[in-house]
Amino acid sequence: MSLLWLRFALACYFIGLVYAFVALTRTSDLFSRIALHAATLGMVFHFVSLTELFLSDKFVWASVHNAESLLAFLSMCFFMVIYTIYQTTSPGVVVFPIVFFLTFVAAVGEQPVLLTTLVSHKGWLIAHIILIFTGYAALVLSFGASLLYLLQERRLKSKKPTSLISFLPALEVIDQIGYRSLLLGFPFMTLGLITGSVVALTTYGKVDFLDPKILLSLLMWAVYMLMVFTRWNSGWRGRRAAILASFAFVAALAAWAANYFSAIHRFAAS
Amino acid sequence: MRYQLIGVNHKSAPLEVRERLAIPESRLPDTCRDLTAYPGIEEGMVISTCNRVEIVTHTVNGHADLRGFLHSHFHLDPDELDPHLYEFREKDAVRHLFRVAASLDSMVVGEAQILGQVKEAYATARAVGAVRGQLDQLFSRAFAVAKRVRSETAVGSSSVSIASVAVELAKKIFGTLQGKNVFIVGAGKMSELAARHLMAHGCASIFVANRTYERAIGLAQKFNGQAIKFEDLYTTCDRADIVITSTGAPHAIFRREHGEQFLARRKNRPMFFIDIAVPRDVSQDMAKLDGIFAYDIDDLQQAVTSHVSDRRKEAERAEAIIASEVEKFEARISTLDVVPTIVSLQGHLETIRQAEIDRVRGRMGQLTPEQEIALEALTRGIINKVMHTPITTLKSAAKESEATTVVDVVKRLFNLQVKGKDAAAQPVAKKDEVGTRQ
Repeated sequence: MSLLWLRFALACYFIGLVYAFVALTRTSDLFSRIALHAATLGMVFHFVSLTELFLSDKFVWASVHNAESLLAFLSMCFFMVIYTIYQTTSPGVVVFPIVFFLTFVAAVGEQPVLLTTLVSHKGWLIAHIILIFTGYAALVLSFGASLLYLLQERRLKSKKPTSLISFLPALEVIDQIGYRSLLLGFPFMTLGLITGSVVALTTYGKVDFLDPKILLSLLMWAVYMLMVFTRWNSGWRGRRAAILASFAFVAALAAWAANYFSAIHRFAAS
Repeated sequence: MRYQLIGVNHKSAPLEVRERLAIPESRLPDTCRDLTAYPGIEEGMVISTCNRVEIVTHTVNGHADLRGFLHSHFHLDPDELDPHLYEFREKDAVRHLFRVAASLDSMVVGEAQILGQVKEAYATARAVGAVRGQLDQLFSRAFAVAKRVRSETAVGSSSVSIASVAVELAKKIFGTLQGKNVFIVGAGKMSELAARHLMAHGCASIFVANRTYERAIGLAQKFNGQAIKFEDLYTTCDRADIVITSTGAPHAIFRREHGEQFLARRKNRPMFFIDIAVPRDVSQDMAKLDGIFAYDIDDLQQAVTSHVSDRRKEAERAEAIIASEVEKFEARISTLDVVPTIVSLQGHLETIRQAEIDRVRGRMGQLTPEQEIALEALTRGIINKVMHTPITTLKSAAKESEATTVVDVVKRLFNLQVKGKDAAAQPVAKKDEVGTRQ
């Protein structure tokens, strides 16, 4: 049943995906409103799906698909918060495709799960997953904002008359969205890594720093911190910030991919 | 109507070319003097604004080498300059000037500033004696036409000015203008206007720097702002989010290294440069920096033209007014032109002479060839002697404003009606030619 709701949500997010592609070429108020409503409806389905899953017996916290679904949902929450503050749907251009992709893979296929049988502290594990994923969602949004910043900067620099009527919000607004997501996501990410190490310590008794999962996670965290630092210290934005954000994004993907070959944080067929 | 006009404007030439032709205000009188000293030119004046450089002349025979003047005066390679030049004669020159004064040829059609600039150029040329009778008539008519276009059409109203486009762009960069600081570099009318718009949209404070510190103080007081010594420009400029620059400096005053300094001190917060100076104040290198958004006058125009379409209708009405005014002016000028009067006066006397000779022949019968020659020489001599003073008077009167009176007197004294027949036939033919071209 939960999967069915998720597929309804997927259908709604698909409208968002179409919007993302259309919005790049033209501005339509009507369409952005439709996309917004579809996304809200999608979130309702998504929420129902997650709740049902949570309440069911079959619930496994560390399942890949549940995780993807949760990450998609959290990203949408961020998107909605930004919409409430800035009244702009333009981050959707980046967020919608990512959310669609995450929901899509969560809604189909088999469900490999993490090797979590050994974990002794469930509470820490739940905290770890939620914190890390909030951090991921913030990173996704910040990455999206830095891409939009680049796009808007190009438009303004190209000096085409159309730059006045583009769908994008003002440069400084995009910048704020990105920076605030970054600032907000950083403590979540940090705490998520700390709880993760607590879980690892209590389970294995030690932290193996040479494990790819841990290495890549630390790398991602380092890039994340570098982003926050360069931004805070010398106001990096635009091209340089986008390059850093892409690094962080790739590092995050790599850390995720490490789940397939890490010794301690590994997916296994259920 | 031996008017001749040559020039470049924002449509015909890129900013790079206009920059090289731009004449600073201080050198305008000298340029006017040089112009009138150039062979074939009787009167001349120069209009030099950031969007155009126009040379308007009244010539001896309607075929003065204005291109030659430009080449030699600006030391420019003809191959480089000529593709960007437009040249108009007689009626076309009149039409062009009327359109310029009425702001139909402007970057922002209908903006009011150009009329003031043309008036200033006219005053300057007049002060050095480069403008006298002929151009005087042309320009006073042009000003009247501009006034008529302004009052009878809506071309000037709700005009999308450079200033409001600048505000739009600033909003695209900063979102809200609340709390943003504006820096005016080089106190000028246009920058003042832009600053006024920006302040109206919530900008917080204004700094003014000008080579003449007193002018900076004057302008700063108007906005309750702060005057900055020009030497301190680079150390204070980073405090501003929006910089409106319009100095008369021959080279860029904001170069890459300055931009880098500003950005470092601002922690890379973006800066918006509205560069309305010609030649430009912001170097190309600096405009490329991330975080620097520099719009020069041409870029602003591009942004403006997208707004222009709704005023096209009004512009069409204005064009119709111009067309009828050109006809009127031409008709008036041809009555003022003394040449047809002289020709018809000579024709009139010649008919009298021929008639008298025929009468003599009738009375005296066949004359010998010698007698014929003597009779011819005698009558011609008398007429030429009698005519000499009136014709020279007419010719000299043509250069003065009393021409109308003298011409009228002569016409009435001799009961001349033929005048202007040829002159009237010519323009009709030309009108078709102009019509098909446009």
